[in-house]
Amino acid sequence: MIERDSTWPETSFSDRMSTVDFKVDDKPHIVVDGKVCADCTTRACIVACPADLFVPTSAGGIVFNYEQCFECGTCYLVCNHEGAISWSYPEGGYGVIFRTT
Amino acid sequence: MPENDFDVVVVGAGPAGSCAAIEAARSGLRTLLLERGPFPGSKNMYGGVVYPRILDDLIPEWWNEAPLQRWVTRRSTMVLTDTQALTVDFRNEAWAAPPYNGATAHRPEFDRWLADHAVAAGATLLCDTTVTGLLRGEARRSGRVVTGVRTDRPDGDVTASVVIACDGVNSFIAKEAGLYGTPNPKDFTLGVKETLALPRQVIDQRFGVRDLEGVDIEIIGCTGGINGGGFVYTNLESIAVGVVLKLTSLAAQTTRPEEIIARMKRHAAIAPLVEGGELVEYSAHLIPEAGLRMMPEMTGNGLLIAGDAAALCLAAGIWLEGVNFAMGSGRYAGQTAVEAIAAGDVSQRGLRGYASRLSDTFVLRDHRKLRRAPELVLGDRVQHLYPSMITGMAERMFRVDNPSPKPGLRRIFREERKRAGVSRRALLRDSRDAFRSFG
Repeated sequence: MIERDSTWPETSFSDRMSTVDFKVDDKPHIVVDGKVCADCTTRACIVACPADLFVPTSAGGIVFNYEQCFECGTCYLVCNHEGAISWSYPEGGYGVIFRTT
Repeated sequence: MPENDFDVVVVGAGPAGSCAAIEAARSGLRTLLLERGPFPGSKNMYGGVVYPRILDDLIPEWWNEAPLQRWVTRRSTMVLTDTQALTVDFRNEAWAAPPYNGATAHRPEFDRWLADHAVAAGATLLCDTTVTGLLRGEARRSGRVVTGVRTDRPDGDVTASVVIACDGVNSFIAKEAGLYGTPNPKDFTLGVKETLALPRQVIDQRFGVRDLEGVDIEIIGCTGGINGGGFVYTNLESIAVGVVLKLTSLAAQTTRPEEIIARMKRHAAIAPLVEGGELVEYSAHLIPEAGLRMMPEMTGNGLLIAGDAAALCLAAGIWLEGVNFAMGSGRYAGQTAVEAIAAGDVSQRGLRGYASRLSDTFVLRDHRKLRRAPELVLGDRVQHLYPSMITGMAERMFRVDNPSPKPGLRRIFREERKRAGVSRRALLRDSRDAFRSFG
């Protein structure tokens, strides 16, 4: 039997992402134009990206990290600022590699 | 005119692509199956259940060889409010024996197995290869025609008579070919899940199953204010727990997807099932959820679209299917390519057999029948009002409130409907839509 754990199921986000395998390319497959984001009031990408890759900066912009991307497409679909997100798939063989999905 | 490199190029070695390649290769066509991941299935994620009936004549007795986790013999639908749960639970022992029905499976294993069949049939599988665009030419009669694909490999252009795009929910090929309009975020949901490891006996005991039997639990009312649903599926030594969230609804609030899963896991009806499970993988994927309304044109000159790329996911509440629609549409695309190449006409007209195959079979018949279902199921009343109405009725029925006498069912229904804020008119309209869809 499994003992009851009062702290469960809290997992830090970095521990959560460390369960996912990635082969990271040197060059990003998604590029975010932070200048466009500075004017954005909705910022839906920050809440919606399942990998939490969109991080607001103190200067009012948004920094994007491509390394742990699920390649799902959520960000470009929820983004309502034309030209903020240039989205493509990683080069062949790179990016997320699922195991038990 | 120089001969093409291949007769058929299939983009994407998921269930649609592999089935298309099996059909084409078995008919003797020179078939190339391209996959951008390091192996088929490596980019693929879903809720957790496949219904492989459509493979019966393609891979006879597939159940003896497919890499599956558990046979689904219990299907539960749970309606939750914050503190209540009403479950409808169906168990069928026959689904644990041939010819079976549905099974949980890991896509990196299942898709790889299916692609192996394409290779066994004679197709060439090339992984680590991302398609970056279409090659196009002019045909005298039909105008612009797809003549192959451009890949990210050096000298990576590949020509073919027919390109079958099975490149998934974001299908850049369908968009580039102009078959898909601008995607609307309200047509998509985000699926997010956790694979939680638990010992096999613990899963058997918690879910009331044994041997290779498994459980499929669909949940409504577990996603806070966000329109969507949840699921728990049993694998052999892990469970898949996750939520499906309407993109526009997710984007309009401030709770992140992993927190929505965490909240569902804390629910009194879910916690005892999932407690102690060790997170072994977190994953996410988009789902084309709007059915018929969002589907692209599926045939171009020299081009066919299948699977998620054609939005062939059935998200109709009690039916949540996708892999079977991918396999079905992939097969029909492959068969159509064979037919068109033999007839020497791969124009949109020459490929029109695809539309009729889809139209005559479950692929589009189910979607036509259930065309109102996605909007109903993800609509505000089903999402936010009916769960409370339904569990409220159950509570009133089962509460013993002595010395008050039991209220009649009609009174309970009327009062709970009003308490939940459901107007009689809206309920009638939704019942009519539900009967039209599901009846």
